Amino acid sequence: MNRKLAGLPSWFLQRVGAVFMLLFVLFFLVYFLLYPLHSYVEWRAWVARPAMSIALFAFFAALLSHMWVGLRDVLFDYVRPASLRPMLSGLLSIGMAGIGAWLAWILLRAQM
Amino acid sequence: MSLFCETTSWASATNEELSMKKYPSAFSARPVFLNLTQIQLPVGALTSILHRITGVFLAVGIPFAVYLLDLSLANQQSFAKVTDLFGNLAFKAGMVFLVWVLAHHILAGIRHLLTDFDVGSTLHSGRRSAWTVNIVGLALALLAAGAML
Repeated sequence: MNRKLAGLPSWFLQRVGAVFMLLFVLFFLVYFLLYPLHSYVEWRAWVARPAMSIALFAFFAALLSHMWVGLRDVLFDYVRPASLRPMLSGLLSIGMAGIGAWLAWILLRAQM
Repeated sequence: MSLFCETTSWASATNEELSMKKYPSAFSARPVFLNLTQIQLPVGALTSILHRITGVFLAVGIPFAVYLLDLSLANQQSFAKVTDLFGNLAFKAGMVFLVWVLAHHILAGIRHLLTDFDVGSTLHSGRRSAWTVNIVGLALALLAAGAML
């Protein structure tokens, strides 16, 4: 799996994710400057709106994939001996999947 | 302290023999500059390596950010714990630093993206955009400091 995703596809994934996150961050900044939230109830209701939950989920997916490619590049550039790299890259994937599951749970719980 | 040293003084004999076969040009009598504090990075290289360092820093921060998001949405009491953090001066100083880290990473990332499309990839425009990224990143952190502190 790592071999197939090592070249152009991961480069592309990282950049598409970056542009998506950039637009999202700008949206957040402008939105919260215009409509600041003041309480727990407002904050939770804002996150629980279906459109917002889906957009946040997409944002987190972009974030985790961007982070995964970036950290893996760093790992492949510096870790020695090189034989450790596949194992660490596997641990990285597990870590990213774990954070993804945690985020999915946070968003789901806000719906309840 | 001498800034120069001969390569032979730090390479062990066996490694040196192996390396000489592989990289003969590296083992000429030419002095090698090894003092890292004396190496001057071009401004573009500084922008670029900071993009990588800030990226790793942000990645390390993500689990903590997710934890705060978790607390902020779990219940009223844990939400109050998170908002109370923003009254803490050390936390606010940390947030200002984080704004610089994020701003630099985003701006240098946009610069890299534009370079991919051949925008600003001449030496002159590349140096100019690198200075712009470094300065605007710091300016945004100052702005955040003004807004928060």
